[in-house]
Amino acid sequence: MRRPLLARVGSAARQVIPRLAVVPRRWLARSSGTSSPQGTAALLHAEAVSKSYGGVQALSGATIDVQRGAIAGLIGPNGSGKTTLFNVITGYARADSGQVFLAGKAITNAPPETVFGLGIGRTFQLTRIFPSMTVLENMLIAGQHKERSRNPLARAGGAASRRHAMELLDFVGLASHAAALAQTLSYGQRKLLELAYVLVADPQIVLLDEPAGGVNPSLINLIAEKIRQLNAAGKTFLIVEHNMDFVMGLCDPIMVMDYGTVIASGPPEQVRNDRKVLDAYLGTDDEDSDGDSDIEASRAGI
Amino acid sequence: MSARALTRLTGIAALLAFAAAFPLVFTNPAVTTDAVFTLIFVAWAAAWNSFSGYSGYLSLGHAVFFGSGAYFTAIATIDWKLTGSQVFWLLPLAGLLGGVIAVPFGLFALRVRRHTFVVITIAVFFIFQLTAYNLAITGGTSGLLAPVINFTSATYNNPFYYIAFGIAVGTVAISWLIRRSRFGLQLRAIRDDEDRARGLGVRAMRVKLSAFVFSAVPVAMVGGLWWYFTTIVDPSSGFDPLNDVAIALMAFLGGLGTVSGPVLGALLIEPSYLYFQQQVASGYIFWMLYGALFLVVILVLPRGIIPTAAEQIGNWRGRRRSPAAAPHGPSVTTGADRAKELA
Repeated sequence: MRRPLLARVGSAARQVIPRLAVVPRRWLARSSGTSSPQGTAALLHAEAVSKSYGGVQALSGATIDVQRGAIAGLIGPNGSGKTTLFNVITGYARADSGQVFLAGKAITNAPPETVFGLGIGRTFQLTRIFPSMTVLENMLIAGQHKERSRNPLARAGGAASRRHAMELLDFVGLASHAAALAQTLSYGQRKLLELAYVLVADPQIVLLDEPAGGVNPSLINLIAEKIRQLNAAGKTFLIVEHNMDFVMGLCDPIMVMDYGTVIASGPPEQVRNDRKVLDAYLGTDDEDSDGDSDIEASRAGI
Repeated sequence: MSARALTRLTGIAALLAFAAAFPLVFTNPAVTTDAVFTLIFVAWAAAWNSFSGYSGYLSLGHAVFFGSGAYFTAIATIDWKLTGSQVFWLLPLAGLLGGVIAVPFGLFALRVRRHTFVVITIAVFFIFQLTAYNLAITGGTSGLLAPVINFTSATYNNPFYYIAFGIAVGTVAISWLIRRSRFGLQLRAIRDDEDRARGLGVRAMRVKLSAFVFSAVPVAMVGGLWWYFTTIVDPSSGFDPLNDVAIALMAFLGGLGTVSGPVLGALLIEPSYLYFQQQVASGYIFWMLYGALFLVVILVLPRGIIPTAAEQIGNWRGRRRSPAAAPHGPSVTTGADRAKELA
């Protein structure tokens, strides 16, 4: 199918004029969503977010940017505030101060159902599925808010929803388990199911909290491969992960958190050799470092 | 239509035909009286289950709606001097009142979860019972009496029976529709993991409240019918905490969260209660047995009769189909069969 003339003009103009200064945004909105984010505002932007739990300052002015089409990584030592930042972005925790924007729209402290409706899907560190429902029903839950029928008693999941759900189950290799109860799945399969049902609603950005945590190496590779495929199709990711091989091989840029704030950000190589990052992971400071950042990086496991 | 669906449909049609013909076959008033009470509890259990069973929010306060329906029907009948069949026209209004009461009750109670929710529903229940004890309009401790009803004695119970039957069938039908609907899917997602469901776009409060309000309507209607049938309501019988426990037991015994489980539970428990009461003349012994039965159900059939039976049948079918099934074969088959059974 041919794209509208304005969209084609918009795409061409973006190639010619990198800063996009003269191309109206609504033209761009009609063009392909897989385009480069260079020069546009970040798809997801969290600005100086702070959050404390009692006396513990979990986040302290954390600022992150995720460009459209990126696979961004978020790393940091345990307790550095990564999951809390995810919780604030997705409405599971209220920020004490700071703001969160999705595609330029403020979504600070919006409830989880609204955040999801606006296009942020997320998975959890400890996989959360609906155990007493079938795998297919798990998929249909995430798709239900898009269903047009105003009749609440209309049958769950129309033919199109079921087909779409089955396609995604097929994508992650769970199609043959569609009718099984989700509680019968193995831990790795649950991870895949959670990834699949987050994708049902076609979110603009997917936040993955430790997708490789607790799963075997071959499944880690499979998950990385699926993320790459989805990214190639235009999906944006923000990934929290402790498995450094996984993060360094998949994510660019990588943001590093420590004590509730972002201390470094950039391509994997740059982050790997960043002094502040090494200090955060090794607990060293300038005085006691031996100066060889590669050795220190390998000691830190990054 | 598959053979299985046809069998199921035939079974349901036969059951409905039997229930419809029941008062014509069993004309003994003692039997039809018990049947009316049983149908009242079938409707109540099905309505309660469509909220508590599907959402996992166990309410021990639905007697609020039952008592409110009873008192509303009593007060309106006495004030408007209604007689005979006219009173039955109040039942939809009683249902409406139950729904209206459920809105603030739900908005308040559904802000908390699990055990706290149960405690709040009990607290609200006692507020209503104490209010009934102390208001002039409710007749205080002596309650409100129904006017003399001049139905023919031979068929006296029939109007009550068919109205209770209609409410019960309607409630079960809506419960079935909810179970297979998008709304039901959302409720069951809330039962499994409410926060995760919210993160997938489920507007949890709206969904829970809608189910709570819906479940109140039939309960208030059968409350009104119950008053007219027993001809008296007082605070201890209209707002009876044991009824709340009985409803929960019926649902647990039959299968919480299934469509047919609470119906089966009510059909087993209510007639046996009435039989025992008539034979032993002391309800207290039955209540002790009730407690024991609850413990037995929890120990032996923690998921209730219907899910356990469905699983057994699923296992049996799985074994028959593939005698040398792979290790995960049976569990997957079981899940699929159970899901179909429940759907």
